[in-house]
Amino acid sequence: MTDTDSREIILIGIDASPGICIGKAYIVDIEGVDVVKKYFISEDDVQDEIKRFKSAVNKAKQQLLTIITNAPEELRDHTYILETHKTLLKDKMLYGKTIETIKNEKVNAEWALKKVVSEVKSMFKNMSDSYLKERATDIVYVSDHIMRNLVGAETKKIADIDKRVILVANDLSPAEASQINLERIKGFVTDRGGKASHTSIISRTLEIPAVMGLGNATNIIKNDDLIIIDGTVGTVIIHPTEETLLDYGVRSSKYEELKAAITRDSHLQAETADGFQLKVMGNIELPEEVVSVIDYGGDGIGLYRTEFQYLSSPILPNEYELFDKYKDVVEVIAPKPVTIRTLDINGDKAFGNNSDYVEVNPALGLRAIRYCLKNPDVFRTQLRAILRAAAFGNVRILIPMISSYEEVIETKRILDEVADALDKEGTLFNRDVELGIMIEVPSAVIIADLLAGEVDFFSLGTNDLIQYSLAIDRGNRHVAHLYHSLHPAIIRMIKNVADVVRDKGIKLFMCGEMASDPINLPILLGLGIDELSMNPQSIPAVKSMIRALKVEDARAFMKDVFKQNTASGVEELIRETYGSILFEKVYARRKAFGDRAQKNYYRKQKGQT
Amino acid sequence: MTELSRDVIVINELGLHARSAAKIAEIARKANYNVWIIKDNKMADASSILDILTLECAKGSKITLKIDDQSDLEILNNTVKQFETGFGELS
Repeated sequence: MTDTDSREIILIGIDASPGICIGKAYIVDIEGVDVVKKYFISEDDVQDEIKRFKSAVNKAKQQLLTIITNAPEELRDHTYILETHKTLLKDKMLYGKTIETIKNEKVNAEWALKKVVSEVKSMFKNMSDSYLKERATDIVYVSDHIMRNLVGAETKKIADIDKRVILVANDLSPAEASQINLERIKGFVTDRGGKASHTSIISRTLEIPAVMGLGNATNIIKNDDLIIIDGTVGTVIIHPTEETLLDYGVRSSKYEELKAAITRDSHLQAETADGFQLKVMGNIELPEEVVSVIDYGGDGIGLYRTEFQYLSSPILPNEYELFDKYKDVVEVIAPKPVTIRTLDINGDKAFGNNSDYVEVNPALGLRAIRYCLKNPDVFRTQLRAILRAAAFGNVRILIPMISSYEEVIETKRILDEVADALDKEGTLFNRDVELGIMIEVPSAVIIADLLAGEVDFFSLGTNDLIQYSLAIDRGNRHVAHLYHSLHPAIIRMIKNVADVVRDKGIKLFMCGEMASDPINLPILLGLGIDELSMNPQSIPAVKSMIRALKVEDARAFMKDVFKQNTASGVEELIRETYGSILFEKVYARRKAFGDRAQKNYYRKQKGQT
Repeated sequence: MTELSRDVIVINELGLHARSAAKIAEIARKANYNVWIIKDNKMADASSILDILTLECAKGSKITLKIDDQSDLEILNNTVKQFETGFGELS
């Protein structure tokens, strides 16, 4: 190859998690098998050797299939690369030629494969088209897969990484992301995923800068390449020049300064200018994250996602393990509340490899409460652990994916059963916990009046609510731009729920991404949401924005909002009305927190639309 | 006598890249006999992604699809259809 290898390259992706980091790239899962031994085999062994090769290929095919079927639903559309790899496995020029080489040269399968691959590779490297040149990487990926099976090598586990690196991967599944060691990983770069994808949510929660949706970063970036990632704007710079490095060194420290400045007053209450207090809580996924909620001044945990313990292990966690983690979280943040959301898992992903049950459309499938009610033992174990942990602090239970009244009744029946059993056993527990449901399925919005009588609170899960209401897969980049929290339909839905809640005297929370974007605050305040929960880093900016607003104004403002026909109209209106506050309170922070809406806002201010 | 070869033009933006080549290969692997892709007198086995890629077909390339036997006519038609619809990649 030419000297273009060391030229500075800038890739533009999605600003998935803010922050800047500079470091060496570590490509996940493209690690090859370095040393391949060559030995000759006798005529009699040729057939066995071919068989050995074939079974390694079949195994690789199975492995790819597993990866494809286990991909999170929002990434389903993007698994085509793996489909291509699957087809490549049996490609004549790879598969056929290797078998031929074993036969003709009477060498071991590893050596034959290596020889064939290097021929194919050099053929591609000599091509003029840069796209095709890069296909050599696909071949390497596929052959490495076979090679690992041949030599029985373990796939590199993220958990085993032992240096400070920036992780570059095709994609990280929630289970993979859960293995990340914060002391080792400085940042993430992935080919797939969007701003609302699970991995991006995880990286924000872990406060690791991340750029996603780059398409082919894993082809362009090589192991040990020096790269800069700027998660605030969504760029990745490969082979930065000295000048760029210096520039980013400065930017990085400025970013840290700003962050510190905003965080300073984050422990104060979020009280509007006219004296209305709004609780601003943190969303967490791992027990360790409670600390960052406290650090950023959160008023409690508004959403504790409990899936990780189920996803990170091949077997079901037992009651004791669950209790242990829940108790940790509850105790640390007490007397502030911890809202524990019960298992929100897809049936087909529930127990990894043991399951041969595959759903065509998991977003509409057996997941969350549906899964739990179908597997009451799994549900009971979790509820027992929650009620026991509740004895150590302030716990609320939140049930995901409620779409019908019966589900609430059945859940309450099981909860009572579990409490009675604990009582009989004489185990320490607390039955006096608030029970709430996620409002994230359109049907729940419509029957909110029926559901409200059965629970203590509603929590709006805007990510799913928007996805289901607007029929948009937020991980599909062809339609992702249509995903808009300020869609008039969404605002009306929230209003309907808010009206019911006020009527029935229960509480209304919001724990989706929508709560974390300051631009939405005038509306959320105007509609009367009691509590917002978000990734911990967003808490300071949201609190600061709330202090600059008045509930009275926000309520009046809603009249104008309802006159708007489009999401962009609503956004425009917010800018016109609250522009100066947003600019002052948020723009300065935007640099630090990298929000797209305000970025556009800034462009508009400067007349560069 | 039915024509055993058809001329097509690559209309998708990225040309015949790995994803589209994989689609062709998947179809061609179901054929009873060989299916060929011919460009500028170079011939590639349509059941091999790698062989297809070596033809370096960019957008606008004129290529010929050829089957060896009548029984694979449906395969030929399916492949042509893939080319004509830009492998479903047109927005």
